This record gives sequence, C-alpha cells and structure tokens, in this order.
Amino acid sequence: MQPFSFTQARSEDEALAQLRQNSRFIAGGTTLVDLMKLDVETPAHLVDINALPLNKIETLPDGSLRIGAMVRNSDLVHDAAVIKNFPVLSQALLAGASAQLRNMATTGGNLLQRTRCYYFRDPAYAACNKRRPGSGCAALEGFNRIHAVLGGSEHCVATHPSDMAVAMVALDAVVHIRGPKGERQVKIEDFHKLPGTTPQIETVVEPGELITYVTLPKSAFAARSAYVKLRDRASYEFALASAAVALDLNGKTIRSARLALGGVATKPWRSHEAEQALTGGQASDQAFRAAAEAAMKSARPLRYNGFKIELAKMALVRALNEAAQL
Amino acid sequence: MDSPGWNRRSFLKAAAAAGAAAAMPDIAVPEPQVKPDVPASSQSIRLKVNGTSRQLNVDTRATLLDTLREQMGMAGTKKGCDHGQCGACTVHVNGRRINSCLTFAVMHDGDEVTTIEGLADAGQLSPMQAAFVEHDAFQCGYCTPGQIMSATALLREPVGNTDDDLREAMSGNICRCGAYPNILAAIKSVRSQHS
Repeated sequence: MQPFSFTQARSEDEALAQLRQNSRFIAGGTTLVDLMKLDVETPAHLVDINALPLNKIETLPDGSLRIGAMVRNSDLVHDAAVIKNFPVLSQALLAGASAQLRNMATTGGNLLQRTRCYYFRDPAYAACNKRRPGSGCAALEGFNRIHAVLGGSEHCVATHPSDMAVAMVALDAVVHIRGPKGERQVKIEDFHKLPGTTPQIETVVEPGELITYVTLPKSAFAARSAYVKLRDRASYEFALASAAVALDLNGKTIRSARLALGGVATKPWRSHEAEQALTGGQASDQAFRAAAEAAMKSARPLRYNGFKIELAKMALVRALNEAAQL
Repeated sequence: MDSPGWNRRSFLKAAAAAGAAAAMPDIAVPEPQVKPDVPASSQSIRLKVNGTSRQLNVDTRATLLDTLREQMGMAGTKKGCDHGQCGACTVHVNGRRINSCLTFAVMHDGDEVTTIEGLADAGQLSPMQAAFVEHDAFQCGYCTPGQIMSATALLREPVGNTDDDLREAMSGNICRCGAYPNILAAIKSVRSQHS
C-alpha cells in the first residue's frame, strides 16, 4: 500500500481545509481501504471525517427526511421513520453487504462506492479506462458476467454495485454537497454519471467537495415500496439484478410509480419508460410484465451477461407485486 | 519495487480481486507500486483493548487487524480474506461489530476495542463461547473467533426472532467447514437464555 499522511477533522470547515494534493476523505473505509490494499486507490493523504456531526436522521417540518452523510448504514436500516415511510430504503440497505460492513459504511460513502469489475480491481490488467483513461476496456471482450447491460459504452461496462443508491433513485432523493463554491443540491438521478468517454468520472462530486446530507422528499408513493435483490448466494453478495419500486395506488389504479434497477447498469438506473407504461393503468401482473419489458427494451447483452435481461424483468415484476400487495 | 510480470504476490492479489474469474489474458507488467516521493508516516494512538489502555506508534497503513495481531501479539482475531469478504477479522469497536481488516488503526485513537481474547472473565468462558463449545459449533476453528464476536454483538442488535433472521444477521461470517447449523444452535441457546 502507498504510504499516506493522515489527519482528522471535527467539522465540515476543518474537513475542507485539510484537503491537499491527492487527498481523499475516509469515513467507513469499506471501499477505500479495500481499494488501497489493491493499489487501485493511491491517495497521499487521508482526511478522517468520522467525527463530523452529520450522523442524524431527522424528519423536517415539510415531512421530508434528512439523512446525514455520516449516518451508518446499519442505523439507517433500523430507523423507525425509514421503515415506516420509506421501507424500500431499509430493505435495500439490509440486502447489502454484512452487518459488520453496515456498521462501518456511511450514507455518503455508499453513494461513492466503486465498481466490483474484476479488471478495475486488479492493476495487473493494463486495459481499464476507469483506472487508466485511454488504456482500453478488458471487460468488453473478457469475462463480463457481472457487468452492465444498460448504460455502457465502448469505454466501460462496469456495473454500479450499490443497493442503497437504487432505492434512493426510486425515492427521488436529493444529495447535498458542500465545497469551495458553496452548497449545492443534486437530484440522485443526476448524481452518478454514465461512463461515456470518461469512465474515470463517476459522480458529480468535484475535488474539494464533501457530501453533507441526503434528503428524501415526502411523497405519495414512498410508503408503498419494496426492494428485490437477486444474486448467486442468498446473502453477503452483490446483485446480479435488483429492483426498487414505489407505487401510489388509488384502489387498483396506479397514480404514479417509481422504478429503479440495480446490478444491471453502469449507474443506479431509473426506468422512466417502465414508469410511463404503468402510470394511469391498473395494478396487475400483466401490466407489471409489460412495464418490465419496457424497462429492459434498450438493454444490450455482452457475451456472458445476457441472462441479466430476463433476471431484471423478473426482479421488477416481483418487486411490483410485493409493493402492490402491501 | 519492480515486479517481474506474474509473480506470487500479483497472483494472490488477482485471486482476491477477481473472485471466481477468468483465465489470464491481457496481463501486463504491473506498474511499480511504491511512489518514492511520499514517505511512510507513523502516528501515536491510544487504544483501549479489552479494558486495557495502550499507547502505540503505528504506520498509517496498518489496519486494526494487523495492529492487533502483529504489533500487539493478539493473534486470536484472524485474517481470512483481508478484504471484508469473510468476517474472520470481526472485532467490536465501541460495542459494534466491524471488520478490522478494512479500517486503519490510526482512525481509532481513543476507541474501545474488544477482541476474542477479551470475552472470557477471569478464565471463565463467556456464555457465547461456552455455547459454541457445547454445541460443537466449529471444526477447524479458524472462523470461530469472528463467529463468536459477531454473535456476541448480534445479541445487542434489533434482529428478528426466526432462524432465517439469525442466519441473515450472521451472514457476514463465512465458515468453510460448514459448521453453520451448530453455530445457529449455539446462538439460539444463548438468545433464549437472554429473553
């Protein structure tokens, strides 16, 4: 591992002031320490932000939920307001990682976690545009079973692995960022970038910026929501395909819907096509299957991951049925 | 450090990173791994381990796991995967179970750490340790400290009452010998004593 210097911050101001050349913030460390051991991440300096007072979950006067960036994943899983009003978020978090990792991982860090692509994670492979821009993509013609069928480019097909982010996309979350230019808010759907020609740029967070909060707006669909995660093992593994859905039902009529997919795309994937297919219609298995078809219509299989297309449809249908029956 | 292409270290790293993957196409010579312009950095920290406060000088790169095992000579906590994928390194920090392989010791200045060595009280096994013995909840024993630390912390967490809930709550601890049924029985026996 590369040597690095280490400082600790106790406030947002301190955290931003301590940044230097080639610095990274470290919170739970579950992504960063992992990648530093592999020499994929090589910061020269770490700013420990674990003491920042951003660890509360609060219901705001307008009914929205404000989650501090330093809230541990495990605390978010078990929060009463989350379970009651945004159940898909609790389910998604509980489906992820392990209890030990959830005790360490934070809201902000979960959003920033990086792909599990085998070629990205091993610097012995020269061709990785994410790790070394311009070097090519070994996964395109390599073993790409866990890679994306949506949102990929000729430069990168790496899947985004977060469960939490998929649920947040279905809940219209807003990410609050603070930096030298002040404070700004970014819709979660715009927070993660498609790889395009610049797969090394994964989110809108710029050097010198810090995620401070995520807010979940009050909505008519959030309480009737569900998460379904499909994977090789029953636990402690990343998704092959997952679905986060939320429905605003009036009897059997779908007033509005939110559908997001995980495990199959280069960023947490909101499916506007499927939402449009459902809105105004009746909640039925047939309608759900049609929506799933719409969601995966633009999916493009690679050599080893074509099974994900059908799997994602099944995850969506199952999640929709679960939400509809709540 | 100059590595000649494919050697034992890069093979082990590739195996850890790639999981079940592939043949070896497209392997290039790994780039030199140490950038000489950043010097190694050490810091002094205070760790309260199993009730005893210790002052240590640690390299910033030293994980809590390596600090416990190598620097403090407490080898009860095991290194299974070193990447947060097996749970053998589970310890308690300020009462919560975590993977000690994925955190740096310097991040824990002032924290309270409990390891497997700290569970027994004056030679008497903790209830969970005793239950693991009584229910034959181990074979080779390598995952066992992590299992016991995980199970002990689980008793303080809001976990549901079914067997499936318990299995899910313990899913961060892998046992290659397959002692799971007996591990479950051991944990259930302690849980039922608590309630």
